[in-house]
Amino acid sequence: MTSGTAGPTLRLEQISKHFSGVDALSGVSVSLQAGEVTAIMGENGAGKSTLLRILGGDYLPDSGRILLDGTPLLLRSPRDAHRHGIRIIPQEPEIIPDVSVAENVYVGRLPHRGRLFDQAALHRAVQRDIARLGFEQVLAPGMLGRQLSPAGRQLVEILRALTGQARVIAFDEPTSSLTDHEVDLLFRLIRRLRADGFAIAYVSHRLKEVFEIADRVVILRDGAFVAERPAAGTSEGELVRLMVGRDLTGVFEREPVRGGRPVLEVRDVTTDDVTGISLTVHAGEVVALAGLVGAGRSELARAIAGDFPLRSGQVLVDGAPLRLRQPKDAIWAGIGLAPEERKADALFLEQSVRDNITLVMLSRLRRFRFIRRSAERKLAGQFTARLRVRTPSLDQVVKNLSGGNQQKVVLARWLARRPKVLILDEPTRGIDVGAKAEIYHIIADLARDGVALLVISSELPEVLGLADRIIVMRDGRVAGELTRAEATEEKVLALAIAEDAAAAGGDATGASDNVPAVPPGEQS
Amino acid sequence: MTKPVTPATPATPAAGEERPAGPAITVWRLRLSRQGIIQNLVLLAVIGVLAAAFDSLNSGFLSGANISAIGQSAAVVGVLSVIETVVIICGVLDISVGAQAGVAYVISAMAFSGTGNALESVLAAIGLGIVLGAVNGVVIVYGRVNSIIATLGTFSAYKGLALVISGGQSKGFVLADPFYIFIARGSLLGVPSTVWIFAVVSAAIYVLLRFTDIGRNIFAIGGNDTAARLAGIDINKYLIAIYALTGVVCAIAGIMITASAGSAQPTTGQTGLELQAITAAALGGALLTGGRGGVGGTVLAVLLISTLINGLTFFGVNSFWENIAQGAMLVAAVIIQKLRSGERRVGRPT
Repeated sequence: MTSGTAGPTLRLEQISKHFSGVDALSGVSVSLQAGEVTAIMGENGAGKSTLLRILGGDYLPDSGRILLDGTPLLLRSPRDAHRHGIRIIPQEPEIIPDVSVAENVYVGRLPHRGRLFDQAALHRAVQRDIARLGFEQVLAPGMLGRQLSPAGRQLVEILRALTGQARVIAFDEPTSSLTDHEVDLLFRLIRRLRADGFAIAYVSHRLKEVFEIADRVVILRDGAFVAERPAAGTSEGELVRLMVGRDLTGVFEREPVRGGRPVLEVRDVTTDDVTGISLTVHAGEVVALAGLVGAGRSELARAIAGDFPLRSGQVLVDGAPLRLRQPKDAIWAGIGLAPEERKADALFLEQSVRDNITLVMLSRLRRFRFIRRSAERKLAGQFTARLRVRTPSLDQVVKNLSGGNQQKVVLARWLARRPKVLILDEPTRGIDVGAKAEIYHIIADLARDGVALLVISSELPEVLGLADRIIVMRDGRVAGELTRAEATEEKVLALAIAEDAAAAGGDATGASDNVPAVPPGEQS
Repeated sequence: MTKPVTPATPATPAAGEERPAGPAITVWRLRLSRQGIIQNLVLLAVIGVLAAAFDSLNSGFLSGANISAIGQSAAVVGVLSVIETVVIICGVLDISVGAQAGVAYVISAMAFSGTGNALESVLAAIGLGIVLGAVNGVVIVYGRVNSIIATLGTFSAYKGLALVISGGQSKGFVLADPFYIFIARGSLLGVPSTVWIFAVVSAAIYVLLRFTDIGRNIFAIGGNDTAARLAGIDINKYLIAIYALTGVVCAIAGIMITASAGSAQPTTGQTGLELQAITAAALGGALLTGGRGGVGGTVLAVLLISTLINGLTFFGVNSFWENIAQGAMLVAAVIIQKLRSGERRVGRPT
């Protein structure tokens, strides 16, 4: 394509791939060079994942070549890719939960003497590898797979790659389940790998990260190559323009709202995961819950929504205490929750947009027990239009929608019920830039309509741009509260990690100051 | 490997514009919405081909009497298959349907010989059916036992219960009562009464699944139980109620068996009904992982199985072959489901 750099390590040439008549990739060429981080950017559906899957041997391209140091490769399976030193680090690596980190790293090629498994040798080898990367504080060979945080899981996958003689490593949105602090750790490791001469591909939505870590940026749109830029010679505005084909105003800034009467009151709530939480959200107010992954934010949301039992304390809506035995009770009180994992916890992927939207409204749409179909269609149509869900029809199966549109379907479900309180857990995770902006506008509109909003987010610019108040959680407790006026990224982060820093070195469980151990209930 | 491979979507226009549907997506949608219809047409075609083939071998096969016989043999397994479909859509399984029908069979005959009142015997069977079904539900929901294991246990227990209640002996002659005579031999508009019962039960379940909020919630529970719970569906209540409803339908099947047998003979019959019911549901398109299925497909699958078995019997094929044919059909139906789902053939199946 471009650039006169010499000796590319890995070259993808004119790769095309079709799925049932759709061009997932058409004639895309990308080269990954030793000692360089190449970012691959694009909106959802741009073809980034397909490209990685071809690189990782999951898919065979319909046409095009993959060249490693000038030699064409045929990658029929992930095994082939591994053999040639190519490794993909997926968003959520497969970790065997009840097996040690050491065995997870060497799974499939455990050291043995005869048929006897040599555990001591294994632990020594893994300890050495961990030390080499400087992660003794985060990871111990004896930890079990299920004790690992998302960052720990990725480290295990990276260790697998390194001990498997990888030369090319591709990261697929590695930071989507990491907190800002863990991202720093990961980036330190990537820089180290780059210095060691690995060729690195880095797929991400997040502009800030790309500027922080990448040397070159390749932009895809609708399965086609759009442009390649040196990271130093481009700007956020240009990249966004290239990705979406339009200009976007920078970071979203919501009009601050004067809070009305208190709608949601949480009084001294303790559950298995959080302790002594008190907070209030007023009508028309957006309160953000910030904190590290594992701080108990999602668990608190689940408790308020009636899913996780309260050990003590009270939740009140409009001053009336709720009896929360199951989510139904919270819904009837006017609370809606859009959970973090929308595919696993919110959507019925095999069912239609209409079914997904109207599910919580059926009790108002029925006459006797029969659903009034025309009223149902009208309601679903009204909210798909209001939220601009892009779907060919209300009968479309939700599985076939993009991430942003799936999230809008989840929001439509709750908006249809006209909730008093709406809890949004990572509402923009894995969503492309355009849809993100639309979701911010929806949140702003809801606040103007007097809904009390509690938004959980791990993206600080999002938190700062949206919230009237920011409540920071740490280790299952409220660490502090900041108003919109006084909040900065540094202050939020300081509250989120302060205590951990103080406890550094004194932690015997293997979880360090850097990566908090994930509590048992945490959705990874 | 976590990102699903959705086909690339067309360029996102500026917010506010409605994106035109790409042609590929439209085709995909049509295919999905028609999938059930196409599958039912295939089942219908297979039944037609099978019947025509049997009839060409012996023109007596499509006589009124034999068609009526096929219908009657389909009725008992038919009602069980239809309720099994509901259970499967919920993402669970009930292996004990045949055993529950067996208990109802014994109870209805004995209650009739005790009271002499057909209505009371029916109520006794249905009442006990609710209890047996609810026990399944409670064990699964509150005992946290996998539904296959739980109903495998009650399958054995209920079989034993039928023998204990009856003492293993033939009990109660019911064919002196006009109600039981009507069910055994009666007909309405030339259609045998058991076929009517099958039709009414199927129609009721069809309406439940397709037109009520209960049906929607059943599909939701089977499709994604976490999401269903967070959407406010009381899953525990639903599961117990559905198992209790299964008990009622099994009781209806048991009463049909009582009528056709004339008296309770607990040592004979009723074996393999659960296998047939699960086979029919799977062959009719109910996804064994839950969330998809329908009464129409199941009814056609029941007719297909009954036609096949009737044909094999009609031409004097050793009845042992029936078991092989049924087992093969269940496995084949699931293989077809899995091939369609595009699941990767690696490791343990889900």
